[in-house]
Amino acid sequence: MTILANILVIFFISVGLLFIVVTVIGLIRLPDLYSRSHAASKSSTLGVMCILLGVFFHFWLKEDHFNPGILLGIVFLFITGPVGAHIMSRSSYIAGVKPWSGTVRDDLKEEFKGKIKKEKL
Amino acid sequence: MKVNNVILQFTAKIVFFIIFFFAIHIFFAGHYTPGGGFVGGLVTASAIVLLIIAFDLNTVQRLLPINYVYLVAIGLILALGTAAISMFVDQPFFTHFFDYFYLPLFGKTSLHTAALFDLGVYLVVVGVTMTIIQTIGDDE
Repeated sequence: MTILANILVIFFISVGLLFIVVTVIGLIRLPDLYSRSHAASKSSTLGVMCILLGVFFHFWLKEDHFNPGILLGIVFLFITGPVGAHIMSRSSYIAGVKPWSGTVRDDLKEEFKGKIKKEKL
Repeated sequence: MKVNNVILQFTAKIVFFIIFFFAIHIFFAGHYTPGGGFVGGLVTASAIVLLIIAFDLNTVQRLLPINYVYLVAIGLILALGTAAISMFVDQPFFTHFFDYFYLPLFGKTSLHTAALFDLGVYLVVVGVTMTIIQTIGDDE
């Protein structure tokens, strides 16, 4: 039972760490703001959720302490992480940040045609 | 420009309740675990600030019609009154009392007058933070 609990804890924390390292590599290597926010929001949210789950299992299975605050934190991160990335990308699009030159499709261009230049004066 | 903020507003509606209940939990946990009136008040104020960001100042004032200056006054009166209780029973100022009560749902519970003092701190912190933010934000 202890070995099983250890495997569970080590698995979740290692997966979380792996995803956070992937986030950092994506932030360094990706070319523009939108792809960087794609990397940062998805994989870092999953990574932090995995680490919190590992901590939760550690305290639950090994220290006999069921901590619902960690589960609440997981739900909270799952709700707010992507919304934060959405708000940041959207506000930088409205502020006029250009996408990468290799972008093939830009659906918001029709929506904001003429409005962004007027705002920027 | 008219912006469509449906994602932020819907998320704020849900997340507000999570933050608010977490603030209440921090407030009541303060006696035995980390937390207390100050942190609970700040977290409550941040939940209200989230609503102000997602909607706007007038909407939130209509939603929570509270004059935060009065909230500060009520908190100070509560804290001072809790500290002054002990003077009426020939004890030094700021002496706190506690006793065990048998409440119908909770069973044996220890009720302490320090919780009332903490409630005063909580109200003052919420009131001061919201007064600062509303005064800075409402500069029309």
